[in-house]
Amino acid sequence: MLPVLAIFVHVPPGRLLAQLSNPVVHDALVVTVRTSVVAQALILLLGTPLAYFLATRRFRGRALLITLVELPIVLPPAVAGIGLLVAFGRFGLLGRHFGVWSLVSFNWLAVTFAVLLVAGPFYVRSAISAFEAVDRDLVAAARTLGARPLRTFFRVSLPLARSGLAAGEAVALARGIGEFGATIMFAGSLQGRTQTLSLAVYAEFDRNFNVALAISAVLVLLSVAILLTLKVSALWQPSRQSSPSLFARFGSS
Amino acid sequence: MALVGPSGAGKTSLLRAIAGLVRPAAGRIVLDGETWFDASARVWRPPEERRVGLVFQEYALFPHMSVRANVAFGGEGRVDELLERFRISALARARPDELSGGERQRVALARALARDPAVLLLDEPLAALDAHTRSAVRAELHELLRELGLPTLVVTHDYEDAAALADEVGVLVDGGLRQLAPPGELVARPADAFVASFTGANLLRGTARRDDGLTLVRLESGDEIYSADELEGPVGVVVYPWEIVVGPAPDGGSALNAIRAEVRSVTRVGSRVRVQLGPLTAELTQASVERLDLVPGRVAVASFKATATRLVSL
Repeated sequence: MLPVLAIFVHVPPGRLLAQLSNPVVHDALVVTVRTSVVAQALILLLGTPLAYFLATRRFRGRALLITLVELPIVLPPAVAGIGLLVAFGRFGLLGRHFGVWSLVSFNWLAVTFAVLLVAGPFYVRSAISAFEAVDRDLVAAARTLGARPLRTFFRVSLPLARSGLAAGEAVALARGIGEFGATIMFAGSLQGRTQTLSLAVYAEFDRNFNVALAISAVLVLLSVAILLTLKVSALWQPSRQSSPSLFARFGSS
Repeated sequence: MALVGPSGAGKTSLLRAIAGLVRPAAGRIVLDGETWFDASARVWRPPEERRVGLVFQEYALFPHMSVRANVAFGGEGRVDELLERFRISALARARPDELSGGERQRVALARALARDPAVLLLDEPLAALDAHTRSAVRAELHELLRELGLPTLVVTHDYEDAAALADEVGVLVDGGLRQLAPPGELVARPADAFVASFTGANLLRGTARRDDGLTLVRLESGDEIYSADELEGPVGVVVYPWEIVVGPAPDGGSALNAIRAEVRSVTRVGSRVRVQLGPLTAELTQASVERLDLVPGRVAVASFKATATRLVSL
């Protein structure tokens, strides 16, 4: 607790608040919100079907595929950043062709890519457990009652897995906002283009310590808000399916 | 129709195959001339295209939906009528976890019927209920199935449930059908020793030979009894508990067979008392048990008629 508290008491709150008008803070906030929204939307859109597929189908190579999906969770983010560079960078495997590099070079899309790679697996891992926990008989019952697979998914599997999906998304969102290593390697730290709040903390650390402190305070409040939203939404669950603690799911992967 | 068999006999797998939830390696599933599955012709209909009403053993009600939404999932058309009919209108807005076992079963049945099925499949419909609601629900279910007039397949591990619910009972063992007959017929002419013991009969082993128009069986215990069935060689002797008369001496009437043995246990089962007499179990009333003073250790005689003594070959 002490390091978190220290952020708020190091300088008087009034001075902390005044730092927020610095254009660096504004620019970093815009980049962070923009990249987070797009990256998290992509994570939900691509990760949910992928997790459902991995949770409900048994096929050869399934365990290998799950391991590959989980790999970025344990991979140092800097390594992920290097990986992105040699894949999509100017001289990378894909970057050389199809104009991929010019599309993502040092702009917000590159940040989004980095967040997608580093934060996405947290959501997918949690979503797989959530879908696996849905009673198979309920899915079977929906089918015998005349529901096609898509209707079964939206009316039965998705609502029942909801709390697990929300928990996974909260972790992915928090992880994405905090993303540093992969982003700075792949997208750089250009104010107004690729500099997120987390990168700005590091950039301002040398230039104006109080700005770094103010941004840190904003990030703490953001993290608390994510955590509280999750706890409150778990309380509102109508079904009595227990929602496991936020991090417990990652233990048994 | 009911299918009865021990656990692992393949009862649930069979229901799931009919519903389209598992794909068998071979065989055909046809309803009313409509082929749902044919392994050799590579015909396969997914579950949503088979008109089945499958009631799961644990009912599989959707926990995140109200009773009404559960029933409506099967079909919107007759929801109110079904809620009314199953006396669950008052529970329409309740969630499944607020219901009793019997209420859950009624919701599951209503939901299955809302689908307007061509065949009703019930997986152990009474297994999830406690002993005390069980007999009431069984009578209710029997009445309902008669009213519906739908082809119904019930699977259960309990022969009494099967006999109470169905006009025809099939005995399923290791994935194979041993015998398919009305319950009375199963009792009167069990196809083999397994069917006999499964329907609740006493089974004794012995060797049979023909003797003066009857069959004389020398039991492993040394006792000799007569049967009206014609069979020779190693046999199983089948006697039902309710056909045994217990007394201090051999019955003076028409019962030809008598076995003298010690009372081993006396157990009350509902309104009846099961008395274990040597190798035999007999069913008596509490009054008879008291009048004869049957307590463990006392010696008594079990009498039964030769016509009530069925033989199956071993």
